[in-house]
Amino acid sequence: MAVPGSVLPPVLLGFGAQLAAGTLVTVGLAVASLAGGLLLGIAGAAARMSRRRLPRTAAQAYTTAVRGVPELLVILIVYFGASAAVGRVAALFGVTGFFELNPFLAGVAALSLTFGAYAAEVLRGAFLAVPPGQTEAAYSLGLTRARVFSHVLLPQVWRTALPGLGNLFLVLLKDTSLVSVVGLDEIMRKSALAVSYTQQPFTFYLAAAFIYLAMTAVSMAGIQVLERRAARGMERSG
Amino acid sequence: MMAALHGMAAESTAQLLAGAWLTMQLTALAMLVGTTLAFPLALMRTSRHGWLRAPAYGYVFFFRGTPLLVQIFLVYYGLAQFEAIRDGFLWPVLGEAYWCAIIAFSLNTAAYTAEILRGGMLAVPLGEREAARALGFSRWQEIRLIVLPRAVRQALPAYGNEVILMLKGSALASTITLLELTGVARTLIARTYLAVEFFALAGLIYLLLTLLIVRGVRLLERRWALPGQAIETVPGTRHGDLLA
Repeated sequence: MAVPGSVLPPVLLGFGAQLAAGTLVTVGLAVASLAGGLLLGIAGAAARMSRRRLPRTAAQAYTTAVRGVPELLVILIVYFGASAAVGRVAALFGVTGFFELNPFLAGVAALSLTFGAYAAEVLRGAFLAVPPGQTEAAYSLGLTRARVFSHVLLPQVWRTALPGLGNLFLVLLKDTSLVSVVGLDEIMRKSALAVSYTQQPFTFYLAAAFIYLAMTAVSMAGIQVLERRAARGMERSG
Repeated sequence: MMAALHGMAAESTAQLLAGAWLTMQLTALAMLVGTTLAFPLALMRTSRHGWLRAPAYGYVFFFRGTPLLVQIFLVYYGLAQFEAIRDGFLWPVLGEAYWCAIIAFSLNTAAYTAEILRGGMLAVPLGEREAARALGFSRWQEIRLIVLPRAVRQALPAYGNEVILMLKGSALASTITLLELTGVARTLIARTYLAVEFFALAGLIYLLLTLLIVRGVRLLERRWALPGQAIETVPGTRHGDLLA
């Protein structure tokens, strides 16, 4: 059964299309989680820098809890927790049974939570890195609060936060593989499917590894382009 | 009825604690082996010779660019594809989920730790290396006596982060049948359907272990503090720049 010279496409035994479909799901999951995670990260950073105590404590609890618990466990908690919650609500209406949440949605929720917790720290650091004198100068020039935020703070926060956020995206990309555990048909699950048909685990998991490597390389190139764009006008002074 | 419930609670607590113990074992062993591998890797990455740098670069790129789940599956399921390995003398080790997890975790953390060490080595002020050379140190003496001790101290906060990441990564051992903390929680849930309760309990234990690691690293940082240098706090980012 074992065919030597395993990595060439013909030996993917017709599973190439399956792996491609899985790759699309993985990319979709990563992009959706990035969007959700950025929103959570911005909210978390704002709460951490709030003048009031309650949002500060809540955000601190959120980032500490999520960063101290395995990503796999976060995914399992969201998936089974949400399923149980849906079941309880349904029971109120007299419908009983086990409810399965859509694994893609559960994955997006869980990975957004994880990304957001780390992103909140990165964004907070980037905000604090803008010298307060700049905000004061902008106000004294008569700029409105919204203008100060969008024209003075945001471009600089973006520049400082980009390397950190880029790293977090690379981590997120790899963490998408964990959603296979709750049944999402992304790269890992498609590979497992191929393995169960062909009995060639090394071939297919190695193929999966190379797909992830390619996605990582593309993301790194993209991040570099963004970083260069964000730093335009800065090279000469540095 | 109540007595039976109490008995069940006691039994599941005992099982969770046993799982936590396995989690600590996996993390500690993987860090031990991985850190040992990280030193030669970091030295190769910073070598003047291209033929030493290239393989280390490839290694680090592969292990940091692919998910840990893929790596653990490659070792546990993948190696069995080859008859030579199944019939080989290493099979008693490579056929065991426990050792496969240790191998995959060690190889993974070696790549990350090597990059952390490399960062620490690059942060050693050039003047100190020049001073060593001016005093007639050989290249090896310079690295062993000046660069590495400074690099290790410099890398400590990032290394603490890596230990925490390994602790969290060890949850993946549950995907290859090991009953560590997450694995125990999953089996308890399959039996009792108390999903949220047991996962939350497991999460709490992980959180506790994380806090212990943070405390431990901070203690080491104080003990090894360099005079005149402030104690850095562990930053919010998870990894240094990936091969930047």
